[in-house]
Amino acid sequence: MTNNLTASKEHIAKQGVFWILSDIMAMTKRNLVRYIRLPQLLIFSTIQPVMFLLLFAYVFGGAIKTPGNSYINYLIPGIIVQTVIFGAMQTGVGLADDLSKGLIDRFRSLPMARSAVLAGRTIADSIRNIFVVLLMSGVGYLIGFRVHQPLSHQLLALGLTILFGFSFSWISATIGMLVKSVETAQVAGFIWVFPLVFASSIFVPVASMPNWLQTWAKISPITVTVNSVRALVLGGDVTPALWHSFMWMAAILIIFVPLAVNRYRRST
Amino acid sequence: MNQTKEDHPLTKYIAEASKQGLSKAQIIKTLTDEGWRINDILDVILERILPEDVKVQEVAPAQDAIISVRSIRKSYGKVAALDNISLDVPRGSVLGLLGPNGAGKTTLVRVLTTLLKPDSGTAIVSGINVAENPSLVRNHIGLAGQYAAIDENLTGKENLELVGKLYHLAPEVIVARTQDLLERFSLVDAANRTAKTYSGGMRRRLDLAASLVGEPEILFLDEPTTGLDPRSRSELWEVIEGLVKDGTTVLLTTQYLEEADYLADNIIMIDHGKVIAQGTARELKAQIGGGVVELHLSDKRRMTEATQLLQGVGAEPAHVDEVSGHITIPVEDGAKTLVEAVRLLYTAGLELADIELRKPTLDEVFLKLTEKGASNDK
Repeated sequence: MTNNLTASKEHIAKQGVFWILSDIMAMTKRNLVRYIRLPQLLIFSTIQPVMFLLLFAYVFGGAIKTPGNSYINYLIPGIIVQTVIFGAMQTGVGLADDLSKGLIDRFRSLPMARSAVLAGRTIADSIRNIFVVLLMSGVGYLIGFRVHQPLSHQLLALGLTILFGFSFSWISATIGMLVKSVETAQVAGFIWVFPLVFASSIFVPVASMPNWLQTWAKISPITVTVNSVRALVLGGDVTPALWHSFMWMAAILIIFVPLAVNRYRRST
Repeated sequence: MNQTKEDHPLTKYIAEASKQGLSKAQIIKTLTDEGWRINDILDVILERILPEDVKVQEVAPAQDAIISVRSIRKSYGKVAALDNISLDVPRGSVLGLLGPNGAGKTTLVRVLTTLLKPDSGTAIVSGINVAENPSLVRNHIGLAGQYAAIDENLTGKENLELVGKLYHLAPEVIVARTQDLLERFSLVDAANRTAKTYSGGMRRRLDLAASLVGEPEILFLDEPTTGLDPRSRSELWEVIEGLVKDGTTVLLTTQYLEEADYLADNIIMIDHGKVIAQGTARELKAQIGGGVVELHLSDKRRMTEATQLLQGVGAEPAHVDEVSGHITIPVEDGAKTLVEAVRLLYTAGLELADIELRKPTLDEVFLKLTEKGASNDK
């Protein structure tokens, strides 16, 4: 008798996992449709990073010393990580939009998996980021970006970049669920990201910064991730930076996934 | 039903679990988690499987009530949005929840649709305790909120299919229901257009259709017609009437008394989070007496004079209605008052343009009740 009961429980649990995945897929698809219907959204979201790229490559680049690499080769991995972070900021904006339109209320009143709204959004934004990264790499190639490492390393770098964006998506999701308005989510996203992006090794070697800033810039999640990506695509010692990058991502996910989910459950 | 009581899976489980020394609370929790309704469990328990001292914590819902609310409270800071609300909604009926902005209507709907946890009190929806088993409740309800909650980037059809998918319906069921709902809500022509291009009325219809994809037993409509033009509103009313005919229970909030009067079997008026009156529209109207004598004069300048003259004739003092500009006298015995009013005015030489005896409107009931509430506060 007890066996029957546990068996029925397992049955429910199995079904449960199936439906959670099904819900996450449905929500991911729903969020991606927007980019298929409005491809200009993808194009516009790459214009700003392309402008950054050209600005740094041709205006500031000449004044920046990057020992061992051409500035273009140094810059592109950094710009790509920056693009992925900015892309992750859209997660919060999208959720705030859903909240303000009452869609989150509808989803919360359906017998769907609680995690699917947030997971569907962060996964969709990660998929979108893959396209943007490929697009940026293409633009990089046009202005002289060349790599000599094996393809497996390039793919590893892509995976790392997307995973990094995914973890930032959860920070953004938490902010979006807190501020609830699209405009505020947009501003709140950039306020903390901007200094973080510049106080890192994206545009210049950290060694050129004043000592007080170096203290942070050396351990910044962005620096360690950019350094890992650089080492993977250009060659060099990967391990310490990659290790640090994974620790940061784990820490971010451990803190912000529960925070975002908690906000989602209590959203009013 | 033809199972013997020993065969019932609940009987077996409870017998086994009590042998293992599980506490009663644990047993009940496991069962509700597994999807058993409190009613089923109660049935078995009442067959005396467990010792007699078993006491189930839940308040048994009133007979035939599909929604049962007992002493719900919810405060935001010092403001009580819901202040000890209790109500029952009979299966298959329409309850109109009537009240001004900020009365607590939406808060109550949010509690019943599992979106918000109350501070205290019990709500049982479709036999399930909302606080303990929100995910089960969601299988039985549909919600159309104050805003048309649709994805503008999806087409009308895709919106309905998405909701069907999230209800975990079989693919062929999703296809059939989507088609059926698009037809019922006159959205077939617009089915493959993105919802961005829809008019306000179409958005509301799509929103309502989305809330019906799961064929809910209970439909919650939070101000479904706010902001709609009169034509779209009466279209939506027809749709709601059709649903009720098919057996759906509807809980509807509205600020429009007309809407409650037209659609609801029972009306509950709430203000400041409290129930201030309940009953059928007819009962509520009867609460403020037999009727109203309404009259207007040919010479508007003599209104004050006439009002003073008519002070004593009705059940309550005559007054000038601010909206219509007519003199209104609440009455108990309509015909007598009417004759008396005509006689008084005739003697005073005041010429009548029109006079009528009518039932009070829900507006009058509502104003009177809220006035009373306000003066009690002081």
